[in-house]
Amino acid sequence: MSENIKHHLNDSVLMAYAAGALPEAFNLMVAAHLSLCDACRAQAESFEALGGEVLEQLQDGKEALVSAESYAATLALIAGGPVETAATEDTGCAVLPKPLRDYVGGDLNAIRWKPVGMGVKQAILPTSKEASARLLLIPAGTAMPDHGHQGTEMTMVLQGAFQDDDGYFARGDVEIADSDLHHTPVADIHEDCICLAVTDAPLQFDRLIPKIAQKFLRI
Amino acid sequence: MHLRRKRCMLANVEIRPKLASAGANSIGFVRNEKVKKQPVTPKNAAARLLWVEHVSRIRDHKDTQAFADLFDHFAPRVKGFLIKSGADASLAEECTQDVMATLWHKAHQFDASRASVATWIFTIARNRKIDLLRRQRRPEPEDLTWGPEEEPDQADILNLQQETELLGAALADLPSAQRELIEKAYFGDLTHSEIAAETGLPLGTIKSRIRLALERLRHVMK
Repeated sequence: MSENIKHHLNDSVLMAYAAGALPEAFNLMVAAHLSLCDACRAQAESFEALGGEVLEQLQDGKEALVSAESYAATLALIAGGPVETAATEDTGCAVLPKPLRDYVGGDLNAIRWKPVGMGVKQAILPTSKEASARLLLIPAGTAMPDHGHQGTEMTMVLQGAFQDDDGYFARGDVEIADSDLHHTPVADIHEDCICLAVTDAPLQFDRLIPKIAQKFLRI
Repeated sequence: MHLRRKRCMLANVEIRPKLASAGANSIGFVRNEKVKKQPVTPKNAAARLLWVEHVSRIRDHKDTQAFADLFDHFAPRVKGFLIKSGADASLAEECTQDVMATLWHKAHQFDASRASVATWIFTIARNRKIDLLRRQRRPEPEDLTWGPEEEPDQADILNLQQETELLGAALADLPSAQRELIEKAYFGDLTHSEIAAETGLPLGTIKSRIRLALERLRHVMK
């Protein structure tokens, strides 16, 4: 399960994830990456350890006193039993990591793709509005139109691979692009490339037709 | 005392526009009192192991005395954390009950070779906060847990708990401005782009301990 990942998440993102400060779409990206990358998972968990120490060292104030009734109420909650959670399914050969399967409602065959032109397809995932998350399918050997970015965009490969000026990205690798990066990713020839892309601003395409399409397709 | 200090910090937050991470250092506020430093003593490290033991007793024997002790120590901290994160007192109290009940129900998922009890409770409280205050889902990475037949190594547990103790001591020793910034990040007072991961804390050793625990776990899961 631990993959041969070369392009990782940076510490600021991992700390923001541990602190609970990321928009939902970015949380989804981090959770998906950590499912595949033990190096980043260990780093994120060490930032959680720091959160634990912040909690441990909170000084008691009057407001934070917890009443005896509260203890009784907690025991009542416990007696009520755990909140039902879905049984863990066999994850053996799924392409999508668990957090993504939760959003898609299954693995690859449950994704409801919409064509966006040139054979590229996308599926927007339901997250809070501050940022957006979508799955992209780029046919093997196809170039995505040259595009720039506003804000921050992160793209993680789930299947296949792509190449651009920044290098070669395979399963689990994350490319982090900000407004400086202008690139034309090309999907590897061997397999269709499926990625998770999250952004806090819409993508801009340089060519006219995709630009018009962008308005309708929310990419 | 700490909570009152935070109040005045929140007042600052309201009148200021978003902080740039560079500027954040200079704002802050004057600390009246010196931070109480918590020296690393065997007592503290032993307390951590004792909390681990408490969680095992809940898991294995549904031990209510162990739960009562954990509640006394952690419930006020969780409530304080939620208030500092913007919850009002009654929501914070209700939410604290949820967090503590979750501790009971999920005791079997706690892995002492990867987290201290404080860390684990922090993650539960953080997730509940996102749920309740931001009304968002919190996607979590795929679960990695020890099965019923396998348990983490005692030496791994001891090492991790000791490392966490050292991290706590280092946090208590930080200059107050730096410590404030870290607290702000964890209370949700900084946006993700304002969070700087450079903490000056010995996180590398903890990371390598957790990494080791993950490797052993992966090996067992195969």
